[in-house]
Formats: sequence, structure tokens, C-alpha cells
Amino acid sequence: MNTIRKQDIILAGVGGQGILSIAFVIDNAALKEGLNVKQAEVHGMAQRGGAVQSHLRLSTERIWSDLIPRGGADLILSVEPLEALRYLDFLKPDGKIVTSSNPFVNIPDYPEIGGVLAKVRAIPGSVIVDAEKLAKEAGASRAQNTVILGAAAKHLIVDEESLKDYIRVLFEKRGEKILSANLKAFDLGRAAAE
Amino acid sequence: MSKEILLGDEAIALGAVQAGLTAAYSYPGTPASEIMEYLIRSNVRVGKYVAAWSVNEKTAFEEALGVSYAGGRSLVSFKHVGLNVAADPFMSAALTGANGGFIVVVADDPSMHSSQNEQDSRFYAQFALIPCFEPADHQEAYDMAREAYELSERFNLPVMMRMTTRISHSRAGVETRPTRDKNPLHSGARECWTLLPHLARGRYRRVLDLQPELVKMSEESPFNKLVLNPDNKSFGVIASGIAYNYVMENCPDDPTRPSILKIGAYPLPEVLIRRLFDHVDTILIAEEGAPFIEQAVKGMFGVAGKKIIGRLTGHLPRAGELSPETVRPALGLKPLDRRALDKLAGRPPQLCTGCPHTDTFKALKQALKDYPGGTVFSDIGCYTLGYFPPHNAIDTCVCMGASIGMAKGASEAGLFPAIAVIGDSTFGHSGMTALRSAAVADANMVLVILDNCTTAMTGGQPTFATGDRLLAIVEGLGVPKDRIRVITPLPKFHEANVKVFQEEIAHKGISVIVAVRECLEEAKRKNKAGGAQ
Ligand code: SF4
Repeated sequence: MNTIRKQDIILAGVGGQGILSIAFVIDNAALKEGLNVKQAEVHGMAQRGGAVQSHLRLSTERIWSDLIPRGGADLILSVEPLEALRYLDFLKPDGKIVTSSNPFVNIPDYPEIGGVLAKVRAIPGSVIVDAEKLAKEAGASRAQNTVILGAAAKHLIVDEESLKDYIRVLFEKRGEKILSANLKAFDLGRAAAE
Repeated sequence: MSKEILLGDEAIALGAVQAGLTAAYSYPGTPASEIMEYLIRSNVRVGKYVAAWSVNEKTAFEEALGVSYAGGRSLVSFKHVGLNVAADPFMSAALTGANGGFIVVVADDPSMHSSQNEQDSRFYAQFALIPCFEPADHQEAYDMAREAYELSERFNLPVMMRMTTRISHSRAGVETRPTRDKNPLHSGARECWTLLPHLARGRYRRVLDLQPELVKMSEESPFNKLVLNPDNKSFGVIASGIAYNYVMENCPDDPTRPSILKIGAYPLPEVLIRRLFDHVDTILIAEEGAPFIEQAVKGMFGVAGKKIIGRLTGHLPRAGELSPETVRPALGLKPLDRRALDKLAGRPPQLCTGCPHTDTFKALKQALKDYPGGTVFSDIGCYTLGYFPPHNAIDTCVCMGASIGMAKGASEAGLFPAIAVIGDSTFGHSGMTALRSAAVADANMVLVILDNCTTAMTGGQPTFATGDRLLAIVEGLGVPKDRIRVITPLPKFHEANVKVFQEEIAHKGISVIVAVRECLEEAKRKNKAGGAQ
């Protein structure tokens, strides 16, 4: 089959929420499937609790730009709902959002959460999951990023099993308990998005 | 040949290792830190070269220069402003030249994501008259690092590798080649390396005489590539570094496509530029950082009959980094359809909840309540975030180490109370000499050293002076022992700490208060590593 497969994804969150771990899993899964990958990330000052984002580009073709153009993203994947809205202008007219419903309030002027979620819902096909609750249920409250990855799984052009393989690679060294909690978090996220 | 996903920074580091690196040195700074982090991490597995953090960029540069003198291949890396710190040895190293291959990796931060200014290091390469490579992608970063060593040894010159934030911090696959052996040692000749005036003049002449050869190298370099489109005689583009990717992302793959000259090697290839100019009427110059090529090509009077557009003409933004969408209008393309963006509450970076700096700032601010003229000269580190509410605790941040000298100057101008705030790592980097000066003058100021036992802002690199050693240094620099006070910044000691600040503000002369408590992130990292270093 010779069709072009490509996907541009904005990963969003607050510094410390683990969006680079999501990127690692998707990157490596895509590479294993023979796709080209480019991923731009934010290091440095913003990682101290500021807004952080990563541009993830997957394609069977050559990828030129390290950044996704505004208006070019197929998907916004966010561990925090306000952060999902921050990159709306990157989304294609028919692009989708997958986000957690849990606000991370570390600023004095955080808007009313109902309004934030309503704006996400206004994007057709958007998916909102309670990542905080599901991560706790999975046994690792820090695994909200993995819940979101699970919730996005069926929208990604990479295979679910490849994603799980790299969740294993990522968390293996942290011990059996954390690994199985993350695999469970992935499944719970996936189920919640159905 | 194997393929690895690497950051741009890591691709350079790996290229250097596989080119037979003997030793590398650096001082942390975004977006360059990942080069040394990768070198240290990989060395644990291989253990074949030296890779170490230095106390500052000047020291790092000189260490790397020493390796080159001894005949080994060496690397020094830092951020753009780090090159200012290392500018003294940098400029003269062009005259000594390199013996073993020597590459200077400088990562610029246009748009100032994590920096106090934006400056374009290509000017420095031109200033020192040395070659410079600027990769557009990760494969080039790797290949250029390897090629830079060949070039450095061919011309006996240091070679600059110029990175910018977006290439430093993006990841892509890189194909690697087998590792070359390290150089055997062979020292440099003393008449080349001793820059006494009569010898230095000869060395400078050598660099000047090399320039035509460097341009020729550039003309023939695979990193400079001209693709003329015979169907489009009106519009051409010169694009360098990552700007080339943005241009290629947008250029249509059809007969209207502009002719494109990609630049990755400097000095500028004059013949290639002329060939593009002979082919088209309007030339867009797209480059990340300053309008370096644009200025050079345009000169003061432009090129007769040609229209040159870019950052200087407003076709591209004059400041900040480019992006795939900022180059579209300059290429004559409409913006992509996109959703509107609502105005949202910003989320600036901030001090971690429970950060020791928060407690130091609280006590300091309370002690300053009765002094409306009190000024806090601050420095570069996490504590610079003390500018934001609710802290509103600092009044300046200029460059590494500036806090101490500025407080001394302001106090001598009559400002009272003059407080300087600096972290332990920044103090080691360039605060010590300034404190020596303030101690000798017994300047009426209070220096607060925030000892959080690490270089926190850039991710927890080691610090050279913390704890007892830091206190010994402060005393050794001439601060009287009874004017060196140690506090523990914790809420339960707040009242006691306020009192210490008040006493030292009241003391006429130099005082140093060292606030010691470990960074929370650093403590977490140690925990993860099972308590090991
Ligand atoms: S990283 Fe450390 S020093 Fe920096 S804000 Fe957090 S606790 Fe404070």
C-alpha cells in the first residue's frame, strides 16, 4: 500500500505533568512502524510550572519543519483543559482535542472550569476524560499523562500495541508496580474515551 | 549504520564522540545543556573520553583549548550569552589556532525562551574569522560535527557550530557512522601558542590569509546547496539553519517553486549567492536570529536591480524566532485556515511550591518593609522568578554575576539598602570576583547567597561551591567572619531570619547571608536515584 500516512499532534500541559513521556511513547512507536518522526519540545524556564507544549510530527514522507504550522495540527492532546485551549489556533478546522477535565490551578486568574470545558466541547469530536480519577484508580496518581495517551489511542495513526510496548520500555525501570499501574491507566483512558 | 532518535543537541554530541572526542567541557544553560548531559550519560556506558561541567564558560573554553593544544579533539558547549563570558579566550584562540580539532558549540535562543537577550553567534564567528556550521536538521548536526573536526584540523582553526533553540530541542532520527579513533597526543608549537605581540601579528596574518580558502571551502561544501528552478526567474530564497525547514515546509512542489540557496556553512559562499542573484530579481532571505546574511548581502546600498527582502524590510519579523507560518506571507502564500484563539490567562513559569527561595524572599521583604528605597539586585537562576507576584521580590536581572557588582555600585552611589541575591552556582560562575571587590571596599551592602546545593534552573547540574566550602570561600574573599550569617529558609524560622536580615542591613559595610536549603527537585532526583549521588 502506498498511501501517505501522516499526523501532526500538539501535546500540551503544565511543566511537570509528563508530556515528554507521552511524546517518547508515541515517537518510538511511530519509529518502530517505520514512520519518520520530528518532535519539538520545550526545555528550560517554562518547565518550572509554566505552560509547556511539544510538537509531534509523524509521516511516511519527509518532514521538513520541526514546528507544526498554525492551522496544521490534527490533534491536540492535553493533560490540562486550559492548556488544550492555549493552542487552538494550531488546530486544523477539522482537528480534534483529547484532554483531561482536571484543572491545574497554579495561577490566580484561572478561569471558571465549566466555561473552559464548554469551549473544549465546542470542538466537534473532542474527548474529555477525568484523568485524575482514572489515574488514582489505576494505582498511580501521577499517571494522568498515560490516561490521556490511552484516551487518544484510537485517534493516533500508530498501533495500540506499539504504544504499550514503549510504555513498558519507559516504566520498566521504575518497578513492576508503577509499570502495571501505567498499563492500567492506559486501558482506563482508552475505555473512558469510547 | 544505525538510526537513533536524538535531540539536535545530542546529535552534535554523538557526532563529536564518534569523531574521536578526547574531552568536552561546558557550563549549563538553555538551550545548550543537553549536549553535555548526553556526553556525560553516554560516557557512563563507554567511558572513553572526558566530559565535565566547568565552573563557567570561560574556564570550559580554556580547558577545551588545552585539550586541542595537547593534540586531542575537543569540544566546548554553552548558550549564546555563555560565549560572551568566554569571548576573551575565543577571540584569541582564532590566533593560536587549533592543534587537535576544536569545535565551539553555541546554542542561540532567539525569542528568549530562557534567556535575557537574543544575540546571533554567527557574528562572533565572523568577528574571530573562523568557519561556522549551522545545521538545518539532526542528520546535519551529526554530520557537521564530524566534518567540523576535519575542517578544524585541516585549517588549524577552531570551528563554531551554531545551534538555535528549536533545533537544539527537537528530536529526529539520525544515522550514525563507525567511531574514528582518538588522536595520539602531539603538542602545539610554542611560537604559535604564545601570543606575544610579535608572534601574535604573524598568527593574525595567517588567519587573514586563510580567508579566501575558507570561502572556497564554503563554496564547495555539501552544506551549501543551490537549486535553481529554470521555470521561475523572478523569485529566489536564501535560507539558513532551521529557517530552511520552514521555507521547504511551505514551498509548493511545482513549476512556481522559487530557486533556493540553502546555507549551512560560513563564511558566506560568494559565488553561490551571485549565481542565485543572476537568476532571479527578488530574493527573500530567511534566517533564524539576526539578519546576518541579509546585512552582508545587502551592504549599505543594496544590489542594483535586485529586490532583497527579509527581516530588515519587514517581510519577516525583525525580532524573535521564525516559524512555519511567519515565512508564509514572505513567500507570497496565504495563511492556513485555523481556529481563532481566545485570550487566555497566561501561565508563566514559577517557583515550585515550598521552594526554599520563597521563604528567603518572604523574610527579606519583611526586613525591607521599613526601607522604601531598598533595592534587590538579582541574578540568573530559579530565583529570578521571584520577580512575579506574589513574591515581587527582585528588581533586576542582567547577566550571570551582575547582582553583586551592581549592588556595590549602587551603594557607592548612595542607594540604601543595597541587597544582592545570587544562587550558589551563579556565585561560583562569576560572583566571586565581584565579592572580592566589594569586600576590599567594604561596600555597604548585603549579599544573600541562596545555597540550594545545585544548578536548579537548568535541571540540577552539580554546583562547585556549596555548604561549608561556600562559607570558606566567602571568608577567603575577605568578608569578616562575624558578618557571614547562615540561615535556614523554612517557615518556622521566619521571625529569626527576618532579624538576621535586619541586623545585617543595619550593619554599615559588607555582610553576606547564606540561606541554605536544598532545592526540592534536587531532593526528588536523589530519591529516585536511590539516595546515590
Ligand atoms: S527547581 Fe528547586 S530551586 Fe528551582 S523553583 Fe523548584 S525548588 Fe526552587
